[in-house]
Amino acid sequence: MEVTLFYIAAAVALATTALVITRTNAAHALIYLIVSLLSIAVIFYLLGAPFAAALEVVIYAGAIMVLFLFVVMMLNLGRGSVEQERGWLHPRMWIGPGLLTLVLFLEMVFMIAGNPLATSGVPVTPKIVGQTLFGPYLLAVELASMLLLAALIGSFHLGRRYMHARREMTE
Amino acid sequence: MNTATVVPIEHVLVLAAVLFTLGLTGVLVRRNFLFLLISLEIMMNACGLAFVAGGARWAQADGQIMYMLILTLAAAEVAVGLGLVLQLERRFGNLDIDAANELNG
Repeated sequence: MEVTLFYIAAAVALATTALVITRTNAAHALIYLIVSLLSIAVIFYLLGAPFAAALEVVIYAGAIMVLFLFVVMMLNLGRGSVEQERGWLHPRMWIGPGLLTLVLFLEMVFMIAGNPLATSGVPVTPKIVGQTLFGPYLLAVELASMLLLAALIGSFHLGRRYMHARREMTE
Repeated sequence: MNTATVVPIEHVLVLAAVLFTLGLTGVLVRRNFLFLLISLEIMMNACGLAFVAGGARWAQADGQIMYMLILTLAAAEVAVGLGLVLQLERRFGNLDIDAANELNG
């Protein structure tokens, strides 16, 4: 049965990813990308990696996609976007992602009811992941923190100049 | 666990490869910088799927740790990339990446 669930989630992931790269409106593409990431999270759970599934939802579909949406909305500021907003609320804009998310939701309900696990049959629990992460991979964690610090400084530098120019424009 | 009901590792890897190819197609065919970043996200996510599938196949935590490092890389890349999106919009008024072919200094 979990094999069937895997193939349904894989089909959803492929369909939504194909839709992402063919959209012309960035907001529509982002909504489909979020559905694609959620289906990948379902696959992670089926593969016995619940911690990776949680990270996929919280960080990828949550934080990173919200960052994208913030920028899309920032760029749309002051361009008479009322009609655009009205267009986004049209049923044909959200009925596709909504139905595909419904498929994933039904899969999740089914999994919670039956609690199946796929692949090696032994789930890799968050405890093992944490022990390995802060054991043999401690140097990699430090390097990741350095990378995030560099990204923080770089994005602050780029964004600060943008905000400064924007303030001058409005004055 | 009954081994007959287990998803074959090949199918997961094929899915990851197809997702990666879709992301690569997006990078190649789109000229909007925002869509370029989205396609890069798809590609990195496919890499993470392959790592997690490998880790699940051998019941080791290393696959998920590699996935977390990819997640860190994706977050850093998006932060800098979206800063560049804002700069591109400010300097050229659009997000066409071909407009930035004479960016200097």
